[in-house]
Amino acid sequence: MGKAFKYGDNVDTDVIIPARHLNTSEPSELAKFCMEDIDKDFVKNVKSGDVIVAGENFGCGSSREHAPIAIKASGVCCVIASSFARIFYRNSFNIGLPIFESKEASSAIQMGDEVSVDFETGEITNITRGEKYKAQPLPEFMRAIIDADGLINYIKKNIK
Amino acid sequence: MGMTMTQKILAKHAGVESVTPGQFIEVELDMVLGNDITAPVAIKEFEKMGATDVFDKSKVSIVPDHFTPNKDIKTAQQCKFIRDFSMAKGIENYFEIGEVGIEHALLPEKGLVVAGDVVIGADSHTCTYGALGAFSTGVGSTDMAAGMATGKAWFKVPSAIKFNVTGSFQKWVSGKDVILHIIGMIGVDGALYKSMEFSGEGIKNLSMDDRFTIANMAIEAGAKNGIFPVDEQTVEYIREHSKREYVAYEADGDAEYDEVYDIDLSSIRPTVAFPHLPENTRTIDEVGDITIDQVVIGSCTNGRISDLRAAAEVLKGRKVKKGVRVIIFPATQSIYLQAMKEGLMEIFINAGAIISPPTCGPCLGGHMGVLAEGERCVATTNRNFVGRMGHVESEVYLASPAVAAASAVAGKIAGPEDLE
Ligand code: SF4
Repeated sequence: MGKAFKYGDNVDTDVIIPARHLNTSEPSELAKFCMEDIDKDFVKNVKSGDVIVAGENFGCGSSREHAPIAIKASGVCCVIASSFARIFYRNSFNIGLPIFESKEASSAIQMGDEVSVDFETGEITNITRGEKYKAQPLPEFMRAIIDADGLINYIKKNIK
Repeated sequence: MGMTMTQKILAKHAGVESVTPGQFIEVELDMVLGNDITAPVAIKEFEKMGATDVFDKSKVSIVPDHFTPNKDIKTAQQCKFIRDFSMAKGIENYFEIGEVGIEHALLPEKGLVVAGDVVIGADSHTCTYGALGAFSTGVGSTDMAAGMATGKAWFKVPSAIKFNVTGSFQKWVSGKDVILHIIGMIGVDGALYKSMEFSGEGIKNLSMDDRFTIANMAIEAGAKNGIFPVDEQTVEYIREHSKREYVAYEADGDAEYDEVYDIDLSSIRPTVAFPHLPENTRTIDEVGDITIDQVVIGSCTNGRISDLRAAAEVLKGRKVKKGVRVIIFPATQSIYLQAMKEGLMEIFINAGAIISPPTCGPCLGGHMGVLAEGERCVATTNRNFVGRMGHVESEVYLASPAVAAASAVAGKIAGPEDLE
């Protein structure tokens, strides 16, 4: 459970983690600059368990895995958006950042709302407004990767 | 039901007769690519995985192009890290700066991708090789790590949008204008998760360089890949650059498409994308009065020889407007050399431009031409997001090399036709 940070459509990877900070791949370093070019107070205000909520095409742009890594390392527990850019989508699963597609939740949740997400069912509860929304359930194949705790462990099991 | 060109390539590489959109498959990879930003993360994941060797030393490419020549100590460390890994694992396609270039211009030029291949790259513009009739797409570092270790990747089979191309260009119009026009029409998420398949009698009027530019920006419409049919020009290009066997796939006659668009090349005007999204397009006739501070001509989108020729044709005998900084960055060493032989570099220098070594540099606001607060740049690159080339209050306008060069002379956004 945590507070929602709300953004609009087409939040791109250049604002999530600007290229000038890509001379490192350390999660804790990256987290210091997370969302810097769209919300310079984000890093100051974010707490463990908080949620990012956004509109269409979240994470568009570069393939930098640094983007979901920075978000995860900042303490955010999941991202909810109307839709995700495809590379960001697969990167998030691969590194173990849960993401949920829900147009309903994306439009209803406002900045600062208290939100909780059931990762099993995809049910999103807005505590501030007393509302519930449904996110798309995860495809089976994704579940397999998530259940193995990310692609690395999934492969590790199969590499032997 | 028939399959699209992309679906056929994926089915073959998954070892199955046919695939349908939405199906999850695991495919064999012909090439796995990474650069100096994404490979360090991938290598750490590769090691965490417990992998010892890469699946095939000839099918991994590691290209330090983003912050090279090393711009600071941290990037030098990152480059050293990937160099050491490449040497230790015997990776054949690691390119040191004397032979390097921007990855998406370099791989086709070195003959490392041919028609029918499946390629993943930990860089979003990996979709560029669709110009050669290959399936290629951008992934993240973890996918790259898994690809290096196993030679495989998972995909959800995409549906497709078809672009039926007819006609031929007016003077000063090129591939960049086509793709900006398309993104303006369908939006930055217009092809989300899908393939963009190009076909039609007008394809023959697109040079290979035009096709590379168009496929390069498929990701800017959200697409999984962009792909062109294999014709005489493709075969000639592959023969010239590679010794590898290629396979030409064709979409089935009854393949299904989510949408079909007609693109008449003769009706396309030079097009500019305004800040801060590639979909904010206007034709050159609608741009109004936008004064500029910098022009960059190059990148994996438009740093090839025909791009430099177009820019030189405009700049020949002209001068860059006082107060405008012009940076030309050829995409590879061999393009650089070719431009020298043709006298293009002399034209650029005489016009008042500076020439950068092959590097991504200014394209991602990395180095070699970063923008200050409030500055405006016309760039032949592919992204104009907030802060992409520097300060968060700077602005990037995307255009073709011809328009970028004309803007450099005019000191404001202009087409070659607007110059005296
Ligand atoms: S030139 Fe720009 S878009 Fe192309 S690979 Fe380099 S940073 Fe990416």
